[in-house]
This record gives sequence, structure tokens and C-alpha cells, in this order.
Amino acid sequence: MFLKELTELCGVSGYEYEVRNYIKNKLTEIGCEFYVDKLGNVIAHNKGKKTKTIMISAHMDEVGLIVTHIDSNGFIKFKNVGGVDPKVLNSKVVLIGENKVPGVIGSKAVHLMSQEERGKAIPIDKLYIDIGADSKDEAEKKVNIGDYVAFKSDYVEFGDNLIKAKALDDRVGCSAILELLAMKLDVDFYGVFTVMEEVGLRGAITAAYALQPDFGIVLEGTVSADMPEVDEHSKSTLIGKGAALSIIDNSTVYDIDAVRNVEKIAKENNIPYQFRKSSSGGNDAGPIHKTKEGAKVIAISVPCRYIHSSVNVASKNDYKSVVELTKTVLLEQCK
Amino acid sequence: MEFNSKLMKDLSNCFSPSGREKNVREFITNEIKDYVDEIKVDALGNLIARKKGTGKKILFSAHMDQIGLIITHVDEKGFLRFSNVGGINAKELLGFRVVFDNGYEGVICSEKLEEKEKITFNKLYIDVASTSPDFVKTNFQIGDMCVFQSQYYETEECVICKAADDRIGCYILIEAIKNYSETETDVYYVFSVQEEVGCRGAVTAGYGINPDICIALDVTATGDSLDGIKMDVKLDGGAAIKLMDKSLITHPEIKDLLTNLAKENNIKYQYEVLEFGGTDAGAIHTTMSGVPSGVISIPTRNLHSCSEIFHKNDVLECIKLVNAVTKQ
Repeated sequence: MFLKELTELCGVSGYEYEVRNYIKNKLTEIGCEFYVDKLGNVIAHNKGKKTKTIMISAHMDEVGLIVTHIDSNGFIKFKNVGGVDPKVLNSKVVLIGENKVPGVIGSKAVHLMSQEERGKAIPIDKLYIDIGADSKDEAEKKVNIGDYVAFKSDYVEFGDNLIKAKALDDRVGCSAILELLAMKLDVDFYGVFTVMEEVGLRGAITAAYALQPDFGIVLEGTVSADMPEVDEHSKSTLIGKGAALSIIDNSTVYDIDAVRNVEKIAKENNIPYQFRKSSSGGNDAGPIHKTKEGAKVIAISVPCRYIHSSVNVASKNDYKSVVELTKTVLLEQCK
Repeated sequence: MEFNSKLMKDLSNCFSPSGREKNVREFITNEIKDYVDEIKVDALGNLIARKKGTGKKILFSAHMDQIGLIITHVDEKGFLRFSNVGGINAKELLGFRVVFDNGYEGVICSEKLEEKEKITFNKLYIDVASTSPDFVKTNFQIGDMCVFQSQYYETEECVICKAADDRIGCYILIEAIKNYSETETDVYYVFSVQEEVGCRGAVTAGYGINPDICIALDVTATGDSLDGIKMDVKLDGGAAIKLMDKSLITHPEIKDLLTNLAKENNIKYQYEVLEFGGTDAGAIHTTMSGVPSGVISIPTRNLHSCSEIFHKNDVLECIKLVNAVTKQ
């Protein structure tokens, strides 16, 4: 499991180089052939028995922010990169740019807010990042417009095999693919680490075009809604209840025979699984199944609470179920 | 040519929501396999039939899938929670009957609500008329889909049925294949999947065929009823030649081709401008280096409901127009 190292890296969409470098080093250590395409996707090849072209994909990028303006007092204005709920931003610690300049996201104090503003989420354009600079000149020595901003959040283990970190969506998938590649299974497959998923599933478009897979497996961190005051039927996935199988989302109607087959494999091998009960969201399966003449796709996910914030929570048990299930599905392809 | 009521009824009754088009695909395969030179199913499930020729490559497309619902949760009491597959308005669903692939039926109900206007999918559920949660759990699973249930009904003029969108397009292509006359044109008849969730099947079929031109067959709305849609298309106004919708601006050459062929062959036609919606032609016209594309539409009232209404005369005109294009 490479989750601690992977979640401590910054990789806001379009700027995945830290994650990419880490993965490249690991692949070299493992002794796995790979190349990096023009958009920055890492495409690794596990050579083995081949019955079809299999592409396993996880995205390297995470949601974050981008610097848009530095004001006369040295405060930094920003916009979101990918889907970030403004409600989760205030008072968070962030790192800006290549030099990881620390800052905190701030807003005006509650007693200065109008009655209308109070009790409402503070919109993104009313928030700013404070890096401790007291003038524009001083701030500009450290930060530039266009710099990427990532959450700072330590990897912490707590509770019953749970972890808290940032960017579990989708470093869980990246870590899982690295583990699968390290196993040196006698199954031919491509392990693909994609870029820019969070801004519109972009990296997967070019990776799938190059590989032309027959079968795509997307490994994801997906939304968990197992918290208080949520109706039972609205709990999309539950933490600790196993690998989440997707049936439908905004990007894909998953091939039902393939999904039922994965369900059967999970049952036969006593691997905990659950269905993802939400039909919203989307992932790299969308572009993969529509590439060229088409591919069958499935998605297997680790449920994550507080996804797209600085404090994702997931279960190591679910992560292990995802790795185990994917491995078994891979081996099954050669039977 | 007479309207083949049995064929239309059988097509309409095939259970085939988006992504689960197996039933209708098998039905169409049986109907056309003796009439075409090649037939295959691609990775996503598109059925692609071909009448070989040495001339230009034409792709005709009609989609096999219909809108439906998908079970997301089976609760302790045996009620089913669901989400939509394709464009469905939660506010219009109360009381609709649904049918599953296994033949079981249910009715859409709502939790107690203060205001009907606030209906959303997560307040609705399907009651499958059972007091036994065990029975429900045995027969209904997360991921199962259902479609609207209604009986096929026909008058001298019109048909009322479910999934006219786009089984009527499939019907037209089947009849066109059966009435095909020898030509040099290389004709591909695509029965596509997953149109209702974003024209996904057409993307891969278009890529695989890379045609010279594309004509989709699909339903369009009309402006001749009291539902407030303002457009000139009407039932019994003939084949509708689409000029524009949200997904496509019809290529001028295709507009001229269809118009001239209709005139030369005394085919009744009308022009259509649709302010919403899209078709397979939208997905196909940007394939590879581009495909001049258009749509022959079947005017249909009450779209995306359990009872869509179209006129038999319009269908017959559409078949004539398809075969006139083929002969070019």
C-alpha cells in the first residue's frame, strides 16, 4: 500500500508531476515498462498471458485551487480546479505552487457579515488565501498568478482501520494499480495513471485512444454518504462494507453482464462488495467505453467520506477488497 | 405498402432500456438477418447490418434503447428506490405503471409530501404489489431496470404505444431493408444503443463505419397539440426533414438531398426545427474528419411518456424517403 506517500504529494489537475514522478520511480523499482504520453498520462504495461486488451485506470490528479489575483495587501484570490464545494474551504491550510508556500484560507469575521451573509456558505470569490505577506510586492516574491493550490492534510490512521488524508480520490486507485503491477501476474494488462480526470475526464480520452482496450477497469475513490440524517436509500456507499461496484453514473451505463460477473467473483472468493447506489457523478469509464469502436467497462471503488475536501476518510479494509477483487477479476480474464 | 401493426407492436413491447438492449437486438436480428449481406454486434451492443455496394457509404441510424428506471436500493419493507435512465422528469412519474425484464410490474408512488411540486427521485419508490420482503429481495436486485408499461393501441390513423421513441425508427429501417432495391450504395443500417443517455452507441458505431453521409431516424416533437410546444411540425404532415436541433445543424447538402428526393418521388415532407433534444446524427457528424449528416424525423406527440402518439402515414413516407436516399 502506497497511500501514505501518495496522499502527501500534490497533484492538482494539470499539474500532476509530483505524483507522476513518484509513480515512475516505483515502476522502475518494480521493473515495469512504461511511457508517458503527451498529456502526461503514465501508461505501464504488465506483460503476461493475453486474451484481450485490458486497461486498468486510476487518475493521478486531485481537486484544488488556482491563484487568480494578488491584492494590494498581499491577499491571494483564487478559483477552484475541479468540483470543490466552497463550504469546505474556509479555515483550511493549503500549499501554493512548486515551492509549497503555506497559507490559510480566510474570510471576514462573522461579526462583520451582514444578516444575509450569516449562516450561508461563503462563496469562493469572498474567500482569500493568507500567506502572511503584508504587501502585494512581498506576496509576489513567493506566489504567481496561475500557481496551483493544494490542500495540506496529513495522512492519519484512526478508528477501526480507517485513514484520513487528502486526495484519496483517486490515490487509492493509483496505489491499487501499483500493487497490482508489483504482483507480476501472468495476465497482460495496461496500468494507466491518468491526468485531469477532475476537470472533465480528459487524460483518459487520449490514453484509451492509444491503447484501444477491449475491457476497461476503473479504480476510483467514490462518494460515501453513510452519515447521520441521510435516508438509507440515499447512502450511495458505506465505509467498511467492501469494494463498491458501479452500475450507472452520468458518464456510463456499465455493462451489466460484466458487473454481475464481478459480483459473482466477489461472492465466490468471499471478497466484501457493495453496489454504488447513486447514479450521479462520472469517471474515466465514460471516455474509455466510447473510444474508437467501444469497450466494455466496469468501475470498482473505495468509498470515501468527505470526498473533494481536505479530509477524505476511507477504510483500509475496503481498499484491500478493491485490490483483491481487481486481482481476481484480472486472473479470471485468462481462464 | 401497408402499415405492419404486428411488427410495430412487437418492437414496442420489447423490454430494452439504455444499456440493456438485448431483447430488441435479438428481435431485430431475426427480422432482418435474411435480407442483409453482413450483420454484427459491436463492443457496446450496437447492431450493425450492411447491404454491400461499391459506391458511397451511407449510415442510417435508429436507436434501440428506451428511457427507463434503475433500482438503486431495495428497502426492508420490500419497496424499491430508483433513479432515472435517460431524460425523465420525477414530477411526472406518480402513478405510472412499470414493468421489469422478468415480467413483474409495479407502480410509482411517493412518500407523503406537503407539496407535489417538490417531488424528486429520492422521495419516490416502486410498489411491486407484494407484502413479502423476501419475495421482493429474491426477484428484484440493485441494478435491475424497468420501463413504463402501457398497452399498444391503434386507430385507422394513429398508434399509441410506449417506446415509439425510437422503435418507430427501428421499424422504418427494418421495412426499408425488406423493401431494398439493388443499388451501388454501400448501406449500413445501425440499430444503436444508449442514445437516451447521450448518444453513446452512435459514437462507436460512427467511428467503426466512418461513413460518407449519415441519416438518423428518430422521433421529433410536434406543435399541433395543446402542450404549448411552438413548432410547425404536425402529425400527418409527412416525413420531417430536420434542419436543426441542440446536437446538429443539418448539413446543407443533406437538406437539399432529402428535399429534392422527396419532391422527385412525391414523398410528403415537412421541415423541422427543434429547440431541444438531439439525435445520433449529432454524435456521428463530428466523427473522425466529419460526416455530413441529417435526420428524418417522425412527428410524435407526448414524447418520453408511457403513451407516445404517431401517425401511420408519416411512417410510410419516411420509409419511402430512406429508400430514395439508398437508391441515390
